[in-house]
Order: sequence, then C-alpha cells, then structure tokens
Amino acid sequence: MATIAESKPTPATGGRVRNAKAFRLPPRAISYLQSAPLIAILGFFFLLPILMILIVSFWDYDFAGLYPDFLTLNYEETLGSWVTWKTYLNTLKYTVVVWALTTFIGFWVAYFLAFHIRTTTMQMVLFLVCTVPFLTSNIIRMISWIPVLGRNGLVNSTLIEMGIIPAPIEWLLYSEFAVILAMVHLNTLFMVTPIFNTLMRIDKSLIEAARDAGATGWQILWNVIIPLAKPGIAIGSIFVVTLVMADFSTVQVMSGGQSASVALMMRNQMSLLQYPAAAANAVVLLIVVLLMVAAILRVVDIRKEL
Amino acid sequence: MTKAAEIDIVSVSKIYGSTTAVHSISLKIPSGSYCCFLGPSGCGKTSTLRMIAGHETISSGDIRLGNTVVTDLPPAKRGTAMMFQSYALFPHLDLIDNVAFSLKMKGVEKEERRAKALEMLKLMQMEPYANRRPAQLSGGQQQRVALARALITDPEALLLDEPLSALDPFLKIRMRAELKKLQKNLGITFVHVTHSQEEAMALADIIVIMSDGRIEQAASPREVFERPATAFVARFMGDHNVLTGRVISSADGVLTLQVPEGQTFTVAGEGREEGSPIDIGIRTDRVRLRESGEKTLGFNGVVSNVEYRGASVKITVMGAGSEDFTVIASDADYFDKPVAVGDAVSLSWGLEDAVLLGAVAA
Repeated sequence: MATIAESKPTPATGGRVRNAKAFRLPPRAISYLQSAPLIAILGFFFLLPILMILIVSFWDYDFAGLYPDFLTLNYEETLGSWVTWKTYLNTLKYTVVVWALTTFIGFWVAYFLAFHIRTTTMQMVLFLVCTVPFLTSNIIRMISWIPVLGRNGLVNSTLIEMGIIPAPIEWLLYSEFAVILAMVHLNTLFMVTPIFNTLMRIDKSLIEAARDAGATGWQILWNVIIPLAKPGIAIGSIFVVTLVMADFSTVQVMSGGQSASVALMMRNQMSLLQYPAAAANAVVLLIVVLLMVAAILRVVDIRKEL
Repeated sequence: MTKAAEIDIVSVSKIYGSTTAVHSISLKIPSGSYCCFLGPSGCGKTSTLRMIAGHETISSGDIRLGNTVVTDLPPAKRGTAMMFQSYALFPHLDLIDNVAFSLKMKGVEKEERRAKALEMLKLMQMEPYANRRPAQLSGGQQQRVALARALITDPEALLLDEPLSALDPFLKIRMRAELKKLQKNLGITFVHVTHSQEEAMALADIIVIMSDGRIEQAASPREVFERPATAFVARFMGDHNVLTGRVISSADGVLTLQVPEGQTFTVAGEGREEGSPIDIGIRTDRVRLRESGEKTLGFNGVVSNVEYRGASVKITVMGAGSEDFTVIASDADYFDKPVAVGDAVSLSWGLEDAVLLGAVAA
C-alpha cells in the first residue's frame, strides 16, 4: 500500500515534485557540484600554494624585492652548494635515527597494548594515556625538556647529588642527542597508532595456529606478527619521515642553533627575504620526501589498510 | 601414517574465574576413531577440544594421548594438530608456505619443506593453487589447505573446531564426506566439535553430547538415536518427544507414569521408585495419527502446526503436558488422512517406541 501511495502523490505535493524535476541538473553536473567544496579547499590551500612556490622558485631577487623571471639560478645555487648537501645529509641522519627509534619503541608499545592488555576498555584507556601529551602544543612539549636536560637541570643535578658524576654532563642539552630525544618523544605516537591498529586486526587464532605448528614466541613474532604489522609500520613511517624531514623548530631549539636541518635552512633564507631561494629549496625537499614516501610504498602494500 | 593415539580424558575440569566451563569430565576416545563433540553453544565442547590441543590450560585432571600424559605439554609436543574454526590460514603467505609453516619452525631446509608441502597439497588436490594466497580461495579450498597444514605435522590425532560451520550447506555435505574419507584413509583419531546433530550423526563413530560442561551421553550414533540417555539428549537430537511425569506403578518390567495433566503412559523399564520424577522419550517417526489400542500408549491433542517436508510431514501437537509433541508422518500417510491446525487428533505408538530416559549423573 505504501508504495502505491507514494507513486501517486496527492495534487498538492505533485506540483512540487514536478517543479523539482524541472530544476534537476544532469547527473554529471551533480557529481561535480558534490565534489566542488573539496576541490575548492584542496585547490586553495594545497595546489595553489605549491604552484606559487614552484613559480617563485624561478624568480629573481635582491635585498629589496622579488622580480618575476625565469631563472634556474636558485636551483643551481641550492644544489651546487656544499652547505645544502651537508644539511640534507644531517636531516637524513636525523630521519633515519628517529625513524629507527620510533619504529622500535612504537612497535613494542603497540604490541604491549594489543596483546598483553586483555580488556578492550583498558586498551582504550592506555591508548588515550599515550595521546595525553598531545593535549599541549609541540613547542611546549619540546621546551619542557630544557629544565630536565639543562646544565643545572633535573638529570644533571640528580646525578651529581647521587654522586654518580662529578660535573654536569654537557651534551644532554643543545646537542644532537637532545634533538633526537625530542623528535622521538614528539613522533613516537604517530608510529604507535597505525601499528596498534594493524595489530588489533590480527586474528588471535593465527597466533594459536602458529603455536600449534610449534612456533616459539619469537618465531611467532618474526613470522606472523611483524609481517602482518608491516602496513601499519609503513603508514607510521610515512608520518615520521615527513615530519622529521620538515622539522625546523625542534632542531633549532634543542640543538641551540648548533645543528641544521633543511627546513631550518629555508627559514633562515626567508628571514633574509631570499624567498625564491627558499622556494627552490622547498621544491627540492618536496621531491626528496615524495621519493622517500614512494620508496616506502614500494616496499609495503598499504592499500589494505586504507 | 598408521599411528593413532587413544585419547584418555580423566576428570578434566576447566574453570574460568568463578565459572566452570567443564565439570570434571572423563572420556576415552579409542584410537583411530572419529569422535564428535556435540552440544549447544557454551556447553564446554570447544573448551574440551582446546584442552586436548593444549591451547587451554587444564584446571584439574589429566589428558593422556597414547602412552604420554600431555596435560602440561605445549600444543606442538602433544602429537595433535588443530584445525581452527575460521581455518586461521596465514594471510601473508602463499599456500606452500602456509602448509610448510610448521616445518619452517622446526628448521627444515627451504627446498625440502616446500617439496613436502607441495606433496601434501597434492594429496588435498590443491597443488594447482600452490602459489596463491588464502584470500584467493573459496571456503572449501581454504579448508583443504587448513587440513594439509594440520596433517603435515604427521599428528596422531586431528582436532577440528567446527570445521564446516563456515561453508554453505551444499559444500558442507561434500566436505564432510571428504573428512570422513580422509579419516578412514589416514586411520588417525579425529576429534570434531560441532553443533549440528546431522553432521555428528553422519561422521562420528562416537558422539559425545555435552551440556553445561557435562557429558550427557557418549555412544555410537545408533545408540544415541535409539536409546538417548537423558531428556536433554532426546530433546537436543530432536528425534524423540519427551514426556515428563511421576512414576505411579512398576510391574513386570513396565513402568507406568502420570503426567501433571493426568494422562498415564507406560514404558519398558524398572528400578524406579513410585512417585519419583521420570522422563520418557517417544520416537517422532513412530507416532501414528490414530486412536490407540491401549490407553497408555497415546493421547489426544490439538494440532498446532503442520510443516510439509517433501517425503514427510512434521505435525506439532499440544497435549499431555507437551507444547510441541512432534509427529513425523510419511507423506503418503499424511495425505491419506490430512489434518489441519486446530484439529483434535489422537496419537498412538507402540511400547517399543518409548524409551526410559535417565537423569544426568552429576
């Protein structure tokens, strides 16, 4: 009955239905219209800025202004300078070390949460505890290391009071150690989350099946759990690699200006109003990071996780 | 592959916190037999299987496999292999590596283990798919791979946890025939957990019917069918109607009982005190839709439902304290004299069609 009533509307509503039909757009236009907001946002805030950077990177400049032009000089200067190469190497070094540490720590935290915490409620509670530091800003979390690691900071004063060291350890703060420590602290959660997600999806009966086949705990880890966690590790790696490659504040604050990163180099160029040089640098960095992400995706198929 | 182990379960209990999943059960499964654990969900059948496999610790009691007490051994040291309900194939490995997994864990060389795995896949007629991943297979194919993976360890007993539950009805029947054939060929002990009566009847040499963590009956399918031990077994297997009442007299090997509604019935048996509660089972396929010659072998009731099933018709009758007294009539008998819902009918059966049901020995 209901369907019959709907197909024969009363005259009052029938008129409105016909009107709506008259205004109906072709299906293709509707699809475009529906995707328009996203296109607008991505276009304005993503494509347009990149395009502008790309254009500006070919411009000429001096101490007073920018001059539209098509010069490859900015790129020649960027790629031809040994400072650039050294800075890239330094940034890559941070990336590799931080990636290795966050993967190691992140995997075990996720493993503990996924396999050793029995109730889902407790898993969620502990997972939220992991995210608590993210309620404060990046900078605050980084700066809060200073009173801990400083020359007269918590670590040094405690060690001296306990009589373990005679004088403060100098390399705790304003060193590469401090940079890496802060980066690992800031980025480990980006590893924990996707790995935890993949580990939670592993069917527990797979682990039993492995045990039934005589696998020891380590063999299960190596032959079953890690292979199945690879997509999560890859997603976490993309986060960590892109974040560390683009970092300048951690490097600047934690190294006390004694260490450099690509993004920090760009920031310095911008503060000297050398926008086209910074833009060329940004394009190069973008290409390098894209290549690294492509390499990660080459090794691990993450499509299943998306 | 002629070695097969007798499985001896000696007063085994499983306690989870404050709930007891398995109440001190004892059972002997002869070597080389096909044993089905049957029962509703939560009856303890899967816990029992997992304790035999070693995936569940045994709270008290012992399990012996062949001549070894395996109570505290890890799964791989027991000589059992388990096939999991969802098959638990490793999604990241191809079929050869899946089957060769246990050999790899033992440290067998790559070439050797892959050759052995391929042989096993051949036995299961799965070698054309050797390089595929499990996700590319159908349910029946996955089951064969799971079997190959379990059997490559050359087990003395194969433990199957609801192996057919993931398959569609037609495949279920085909795979069950394959399982039976495989068990006959290998000659090893199969322990199979299921909640399907039909499956258990079709496969088992011994059916173990469990309820509430206790064994209600462990016997051959024929005995379970013809002489269900308890009212639970009779109801669960569904081939008997259960009438409950109290004994009013006992003479010459015939007990007379009275149901609360007043009718009296007789059943062959003795040794019950007058006034004690009693359950009797009456074969559904032996009940006739006609007046009884003897008053104690039938009653009058009202038809509450009629289901046509092709060769037979299932008629449900209310009466004698039973809400769903079932009559399976052959289609010829039924259409000879059809009945409709709401009709008053007389039912009758022979003395040999009624069995005395015992109580569970707690």
